[in-house]
Amino acid sequence: MIPEHESVFNSNHLKLYYGKLFPFSDLVKWVSYGNDGKHPGCDQSYIGRREFSFTLENDIYLRFQSFNNALELENSIKERSPVKIDIGPVYTVDPSKRHAYAQSDDNAFAPVERELIFDIDMTDYDDVRYCCSGADVCLVCWPLMTIAIKVIDTSLRDDLGFKHILWVYSGRRGVHCWVCDGKARRLTNEQRGAIADYFRVYKGNENSHKKVSLTGAALHPFLATSYTNVLKNYFEKNLLTGQNLLATEERYEKILDMIPDESIASELRGRWQDSRRSSSAKEDINVVRWEQCKQVLQSGKHKAQGLRRCIEEIVFSFTYPRLDMEVSKHMNHLLKAPFCVHPKTGRVCVPIDPNRCEEFDPTTVPTLSQLIEELNSEGSRTDDDGELNRTSLGNAITLFRSSFLQPLLKACKEEIENCYNLKLQQSKNSLGW
Amino acid sequence: MEIFRPHSRKNVFSSSNDASSVPTIPLYRSAPPLEVRLEDFESFAIDRLRGFFFLRLSTFVFFASSNSKDLLLIPSPFAPRVLTTYSASHIYFSRGFPMVKELLKVNMRHQYTSEVLNKDIISHFVLRLVYCRTEDLRKWFLSMESALFRYRFRLLSAEAQKAVMEEFNLPYKAVSNVEFESVKDKLVQVARSMGQPSTADAIFYKVPFEEVPELVAGRKVFIKQGYAYVAMNQIVSLVATLFRSQLSKALILTNRKWTSSIREQEKHRLTPIVEALSSSYLGPDYSQSRENADISLKDIEQFAKSSFPLCMRHLFDKLKEDHHLKHGGRMQLGLFLKGVGLNLDDALAFWRAEFSKKVGLEKFEKQYAYNIRHNYGKEGKRTDYTPYSCQKIISSTPGAGDHHGCPYRHFSEENLRAAICGMGVNSRAMEDVIDKVRNRHYQLACTLTFEALHGMSCDAGINHPNQYFSDSRKILDSKTSAISLSRMLQSRVFWLLHKVLEPFSGVYLVPQVMDLQRENVVKSSMQPPKQFKCGSWNSSHYPGSWLKTRHSLLYTFHLYG
Repeated sequence: MIPEHESVFNSNHLKLYYGKLFPFSDLVKWVSYGNDGKHPGCDQSYIGRREFSFTLENDIYLRFQSFNNALELENSIKERSPVKIDIGPVYTVDPSKRHAYAQSDDNAFAPVERELIFDIDMTDYDDVRYCCSGADVCLVCWPLMTIAIKVIDTSLRDDLGFKHILWVYSGRRGVHCWVCDGKARRLTNEQRGAIADYFRVYKGNENSHKKVSLTGAALHPFLATSYTNVLKNYFEKNLLTGQNLLATEERYEKILDMIPDESIASELRGRWQDSRRSSSAKEDINVVRWEQCKQVLQSGKHKAQGLRRCIEEIVFSFTYPRLDMEVSKHMNHLLKAPFCVHPKTGRVCVPIDPNRCEEFDPTTVPTLSQLIEELNSEGSRTDDDGELNRTSLGNAITLFRSSFLQPLLKACKEEIENCYNLKLQQSKNSLGW
Repeated sequence: MEIFRPHSRKNVFSSSNDASSVPTIPLYRSAPPLEVRLEDFESFAIDRLRGFFFLRLSTFVFFASSNSKDLLLIPSPFAPRVLTTYSASHIYFSRGFPMVKELLKVNMRHQYTSEVLNKDIISHFVLRLVYCRTEDLRKWFLSMESALFRYRFRLLSAEAQKAVMEEFNLPYKAVSNVEFESVKDKLVQVARSMGQPSTADAIFYKVPFEEVPELVAGRKVFIKQGYAYVAMNQIVSLVATLFRSQLSKALILTNRKWTSSIREQEKHRLTPIVEALSSSYLGPDYSQSRENADISLKDIEQFAKSSFPLCMRHLFDKLKEDHHLKHGGRMQLGLFLKGVGLNLDDALAFWRAEFSKKVGLEKFEKQYAYNIRHNYGKEGKRTDYTPYSCQKIISSTPGAGDHHGCPYRHFSEENLRAAICGMGVNSRAMEDVIDKVRNRHYQLACTLTFEALHGMSCDAGINHPNQYFSDSRKILDSKTSAISLSRMLQSRVFWLLHKVLEPFSGVYLVPQVMDLQRENVVKSSMQPPKQFKCGSWNSSHYPGSWLKTRHSLLYTFHLYG
């Protein structure tokens, strides 16, 4: 469990963090997407049209802040020391001057670009985890986030063809995903909604019964791949025993509830009530029961239409990613910037490497107080990067740069050049006529 | 002033189609360069609205007697039972499309055949003007025009469909044999997941996935490396999406022109027509609270029990129980209460009283009070937000821990029964409600609940939670059963029905078989009781029984809107 370091999060530490460690220039380089260069194809107004939003102490919200370069952002953040920094969309015009356009007509001030974002929050899994609930996470339930990263990241790359994807720990109980390809940034709300729906399997709310319903003679290839490559293994090798999904009556009833055939459910119930007494087996009780469940449901006599998908439905219910749909569907949703410090846990929102996400441990993410201690423990030097590398934030920044920022900027540069050359070509042609 | 003789005028739109021999469908790329008589301006528009109306009817089965112009409309699920009960010799029956085609033709027709296309295009551009002016109007118009486009596109020959694709400059080529073989397994898998037969010999197009959002959303295509494999029979989705997005952009431009110049220039001529055409369709949005009364904090509890629709009652109860609601629930209930007349101070007090029990006073003021003030237009961009309509609530997607949404749609049957029972609905009415839910008529289910609780019919049906509330208050406050006819006539569907059904000598709307038998509609050889007549417009023709039968049909339309 991650303890809440309320006392550790003090404003002096935050000031020091912004002063010495926060990677302003990396952040601005990222959201500039190459437009801060010298190339004539660069759109110099681009960064200035991006909304930033600050949350100050005492919950004062400052929306529609905009900055023309890293230095302006840095000065403003150092001055105000926000407890949270959010990044919004790129608008048609400078958002801080939006009132000047409000009168003209209704579309003068509108979002034009925004990363495709996903927000996955552990609280949405409260009905399938028994280790903790609400805002708490631990190493037993964290694999749910690992699954989410694996499933969504794979599909974003293999199905949708995106390349520049940033996964970030949200600081407490979830993960954020930023898809930054040019194509992704220019998606309309409708297209964003379509992608969110493509990923949406879990359809339950507090008052409906069945939360996952899979019909049809086959699973869509995306779901089938996710099932065989990720979900099944994590369910059987990790969550089944980790969460003790079948260990007690209350818990196995939840799974029996999902079997539409009452006679099968009661057959299993009977067996499991008996086996409780005669459990001399060396094998884990969850595993034994799951095998029985699979055997009964998949045996020849029960291959009825409604039961065919039952095993899959159970696995999907307990493992498949649950997205906050509204965040992904609309361009103007704000999302917390990477490298913010979570005000409750004091942990830094560090990037997660999707290729090694199973190694990520939220309980060892550097905290603000830890970083400040590391800063203080050695005499201060002036070199910026040197300072960073002395702290445990160094690795996170290195990861951000090498696996995300550098390839992204290379692609942006190419895109800007190609776009410019194309325009040049076109104008030459039209002159010719 | 020049008087037009339409048949002497060249058909200005057919030029592009003349070149190719394949007849296609109009794409409305540019406004008609011709003059239109003022009365045509309005009547063409109304005819097109009728056309839209019939498109919505395509989920119904039509029974028509063979010797008259009478028409019977029955929701598809009930049709087979009717057919087996009664001899088919008197009636012919058509499902969806063919009849729609007929009805569309009736409304899109023109006395001179050469003018049919002109009328089509003129009416389209008139409605653009009418429906460009707000987000809601645009949305409705877009969905209607796209439906019409889809419907027409499906009727085209393969050749003509290709011609339309070319008109849109769709650069897509059919997937080659080699590539097809490499992904064949996946394509078959997708087809099977949708319960369709194998697609072994189908033609597929490879299209950037973002151009077929609706196929992506339903997982109806295989997607690989950014490309969706779209089967020939799905291509309508691609073309319709393009049509829709182009029209959407055009509407926004039209709106700009309208606000910047046309409205003022046409102040005395077109503006009144345009405004009348749209306002007669859209109902009130309940952004202003009830004219007469603000409700006070102490009344809420009692009102919640007597006059809240189930969706709000549930949120209210959960709030009292948990002292907390997630964002979606706070929005849905909060804006409803605002619409009901709870002022900002009372709203803050109301939410504070509950939330402070769970999260504490300090956290409430820090985290939640802002949002409440925001809803009342006191923070941020200072928009005065409107309460959610049924349509919006039904289409919401409540997730884990959420209590918002439409209970009729989002609850399991078991939970719904318990909830309705908790409101005090008796078991007989309950079965009717559940029956509607099973047929996905959520608003109708809510209407039946209303009627069961208030002991009288709800003439306009329920399409807004705040309407439920105000109708309920009216009944409970005045204890009078009279619901004014004028209000009924204002109801948007009624207006449309009147306009649409004029051409038929008699039209009978039959919600389901039970009613059909009870009223002996079909038994008397298609001659129903006089009061069911709808062919002529006379208020005395609409007693209670007719109003009852009307619901099912009308509220199905709302769902498709």
